[in-house]
Amino acid sequence: MAAIVEIENLRKVYDGGFEALKGVTLSIEEGEILALLGPNGAGKTTLISTICGITNPGSGAVRVAGHDVVADYRQARRMIGLVPQEINLEPFTKVIDTVRFSRGLFGKPRNDAFLKDLLTRLSLWDKKDSRTRELSGGMKRRVLIAKALAHEPRVLFLDEPTAGVDVELRKDMWDIVADLKAQGVTIILTTHYIEEAEAIADRVGVISKGELLLIEEKASLMQRFGQKHLQIDLQEPVSDIPETLASYGLILQEGGASVQYSYDTRGERTGITALLNDIAAAGLVLKDIKTEESSLEEIFVSLVSEGAA
Amino acid sequence: MNWAAIWAIYKVEMMRFFRTLAQSFISPVLSTSLYFVVFGAAIGSRIDQVDGVSYGAFIVPGLVMLSVITQSISNASFGIYFPKFIGTIYELLSAPINFLEVVLGFVGAAATKALFIGLVILGTSSFFVDLEIQHPVAMISFLVLTCLSFALFGFIIGIWAQNFEQLQLVPLLVVTPLVFLGGSFYSISMLPAVWQKITLFNPVVYLISGFRWSFFGTADVPIGLSLLAIATFTCLCLAAIWWIFRTGWRIRN
Repeated sequence: MAAIVEIENLRKVYDGGFEALKGVTLSIEEGEILALLGPNGAGKTTLISTICGITNPGSGAVRVAGHDVVADYRQARRMIGLVPQEINLEPFTKVIDTVRFSRGLFGKPRNDAFLKDLLTRLSLWDKKDSRTRELSGGMKRRVLIAKALAHEPRVLFLDEPTAGVDVELRKDMWDIVADLKAQGVTIILTTHYIEEAEAIADRVGVISKGELLLIEEKASLMQRFGQKHLQIDLQEPVSDIPETLASYGLILQEGGASVQYSYDTRGERTGITALLNDIAAAGLVLKDIKTEESSLEEIFVSLVSEGAA
Repeated sequence: MNWAAIWAIYKVEMMRFFRTLAQSFISPVLSTSLYFVVFGAAIGSRIDQVDGVSYGAFIVPGLVMLSVITQSISNASFGIYFPKFIGTIYELLSAPINFLEVVLGFVGAAATKALFIGLVILGTSSFFVDLEIQHPVAMISFLVLTCLSFALFGFIIGIWAQNFEQLQLVPLLVVTPLVFLGGSFYSISMLPAVWQKITLFNPVVYLISGFRWSFFGTADVPIGLSLLAIATFTCLCLAAIWWIFRTGWRIRN
């Protein structure tokens, strides 16, 4: 797939001297969902703001569909839709008017059929004549998405779309994102919820202190960094780990009814076969076996702490 | 040129005006009537005529200018400050538009509203005094130019302001005194010689004088000078706005 957003060595230093981006290089493929993960203050919003034109770039280059965001800003910005982190809506404006305004701002002629379809897909059509202040928080977020999509962009930036949102609405938002991806929209979302990246992203980038620590396919990332846990349930509980199994570093769980073995999927050998043989040799009878992958959260914490070291 | 964007901004700004149309209409009618009661009746009965014009009629151009200048500034400054305050400015900054288009949208709407109010005041005045307009084209041109230039100035204030107090600061502490002391309600020839000199440093004097000339054919300063003053002021405001958008001052940092 071709890159739709190319970021080269992007730096940004704010007036106070704070270096928010320290030379970020990143290529975003058309049609993918990229999650940018990072703690608060990592530079996620600055990165998005710089691409979208809200903040002046320091040095480096950003191109959207081949258009430089500074030199050829009109073409570049026409490709981009932005859903900001904060719910920023003019309170007294009607939903339909604010969405029409957004479309006009991007130079698109009025198209009521398209807006009707857009609002319907976002379950907003029956609220089209409501003033934005009358809407619930979830509906307001949908209005922001509708505004961002009103000019039919090819790339959509979602800055922390589910920050401070309840579980149900978060799932709802994920469905909307999946739906947009199905329509061919490239989506870049920032989040500090690992489960969000895990649930919807194709690729995950980790940002910390203005640096992109890593960018990788979510599945391979989890595999690469993944610690797996093998949980072995025993027929009869044991009070101690038999000495012949001491070298495996097993942990007794559930009052001795099960033991846990941790291994690295990156290693050539996992040691599972030897362990199972030795368990049988020690006279323990197995009741059940299950494995668990380490979550993105654990990977993330280990990456950020490595980055800090 | 992104005309659709200019129109979108203009329309949204005008919609805010239409939401409060009654207030927008009643307030200038009421305040003009009060000015006529206080200045026209109370003071006018003692002054009689200024430069061959009845005092009641003489103050009309000043009254119109006073409202038009204040309205242009407050409309434009609020227009751009409000998106900054509630955060919707992100949309303007991320849209494919340049500074000229943003300015045309906001300033155009602010100037339109001020022009409307100016015309309402003029209409209200005609109920109180006999108005003659010797140079109607010049009168309208002056009015439109004043609306535009002070809306540009208001736009700068709106970008500069970081809170509501600052938004009111310049209009209250600078503009209102300059307008009152700029010959709204008197001819500067009525002042002592020293004050006549000092008052020439007040840019509003040139506007009111030029505007009054378009009504009665008499002016405190030559009409050419008035035109030059308003053109210079407009250019200064445009240059400042161009610089603001180029550097992103108080918007993109």
